[in-house]
Amino acid sequence: MEKILEVENLEQKFDLSTGVLGKFKFKKGRLVKEERMVNAVNKVSFSIDKGKVFSLVGESGCGKSTTARTVIKLVEPKGGTIKFAGEDITNFTPGQMLKYRKRMQMIFQDPYASLNPRQKIIDIITEPMLFHKVANTKKEAEEKALELLHKVGIRPEQATRYPHQFSGGQRQRIGIARALAVEPEFIIADEPVSALDVSIQAQILNLLMDLKDEFKFSYLFISHDPLHPYTKVLLSAVPKLSGTNLKRSRLVKGEIPSAINLPSGCYFHERCPYARPICKEEMPTEKEVKDNHFVLCHLY
Amino acid sequence: MFFVLLTAIFGPYFTVQNPYDLSDIQLADAYKPPAYLEGGDAKFILGTDQQGRDILSTIVYGSRVSLFIGIVGTLLTCAIGVTLGLISGYFGGKIDALIMRIADVQLSFPTMLIAIFLMSLLGRGIANILISLALVGWVRYARIVRGEVLSVKKQEYIEATKVIGLPNFRIIAKHVLPNVITSIIVLSTMQVGSFILTEATLSFLGLGVPVTRPSLGMICSDGYQVLFSGLWWVSIFPGLYIMLIVFGINLLGDFLRDELNPKLK
Repeated sequence: MEKILEVENLEQKFDLSTGVLGKFKFKKGRLVKEERMVNAVNKVSFSIDKGKVFSLVGESGCGKSTTARTVIKLVEPKGGTIKFAGEDITNFTPGQMLKYRKRMQMIFQDPYASLNPRQKIIDIITEPMLFHKVANTKKEAEEKALELLHKVGIRPEQATRYPHQFSGGQRQRIGIARALAVEPEFIIADEPVSALDVSIQAQILNLLMDLKDEFKFSYLFISHDPLHPYTKVLLSAVPKLSGTNLKRSRLVKGEIPSAINLPSGCYFHERCPYARPICKEEMPTEKEVKDNHFVLCHLY
Repeated sequence: MFFVLLTAIFGPYFTVQNPYDLSDIQLADAYKPPAYLEGGDAKFILGTDQQGRDILSTIVYGSRVSLFIGIVGTLLTCAIGVTLGLISGYFGGKIDALIMRIADVQLSFPTMLIAIFLMSLLGRGIANILISLALVGWVRYARIVRGEVLSVKKQEYIEATKVIGLPNFRIIAKHVLPNVITSIIVLSTMQVGSFILTEATLSFLGLGVPVTRPSLGMICSDGYQVLFSGLWWVSIFPGLYIMLIVFGINLLGDFLRDELNPKLK
């Protein structure tokens, strides 16, 4: 199976200290150089087959969105490799990224923040079309945009309105239409329904699946809620759940560990009900337990 | 405000004389008190000055100079300040640190001191006033615009433009600027008022406009020399008019701030 995206040992860190002076601190009467880094993403690896949905599930604050943002190169990765359609795009400059921008798009989490409040809906959709020459004239772009809006359930007469005149669900539909405007092969959906009403969530998810069938693209689907009915269905596609494959609600206790001072050994050992002494000492390595099913845990 | 603007634009057609056309002035008319006082002349409603110039006419002509300096000065300041603020806020990093440190240094001096210093370097003249006002005023714009850009930049719609791959210049011009324009407009109306005041102060100190095109501040200054010899009207009326203009501009600024804020509608 052809891979659309391969991510290996992806790392993302953010420097907390501001400027050069912020790195120095007084400790026990001495001036010490101390780097405070947030280790947002630690050696994440996964790959996505062409035309498939890949789901990335985890608690809030565990770095899912940062992974997404790094994969699409909104932030530069600090380690590891990202391969898109076989090509290593890890160290591409913005200029080199340009032609890949047309092939991968993103649907954002918060429909209230993801649309420019000063742009009309039609302009939001036609701008990427014209920029990436999906449409050559403004008229052609507008026709395509209206067609696209129709597909996501926005009526043509609503196209000249501004974002604040729409509800959250409608805005998310517009956000989806914008992502589809450049006819991408791969879409990252960063918790596309978490900001919406439960009643709307199912509609949007159905829309996303229908569109996938129609346009034949692949998804990286990010969700924080593994109990969600949709994710339950998708759960078979989830390769790992940070070491435990049983019901989380009963087994996981405590908060996710500080990303600034990472725990020793397995990052999960402080909260794992099956933790053994070795978990505190050593970082487990990747093991294939079934075909194409990898686990990072000392138990296996 | 409209009254002030209309007066400045069309006023010269209605005044009894052009106070800066020597052939129009009669020295014999000097030192006339306002019309409602004893010895006043109905022709000169607010009296005349030492050289027989009608005070009302000088106010009308002076307000043209003052408003011109206030408005053009603000536009110039706005252009410099907004550009630097956008660059500083959007790109961050070293360029941001550089611009903001310059701004901090400048803010640590009193505004007036810098303006006086610049004017004494450049010399009198309307163009020079505009330059020094712009050099003094850009800091406020840069800081406010930078702050707004920092919050707008984090919004997902800006990230969306980056995912599309739009060039930075286009993101700034089409997506960032329209979302910070409200505060720029509000700040600008306030700035016009404050520039008129700054200019008036500079002119009063003799560091402002040339004598041939006096502004309201200059007229005040001229009258100040004879203030205590009983000719109070020469200084007081232009002074009151400055107050009226600035008050009107500030009201307009408040109105715009409320009107352009969607949350208050």
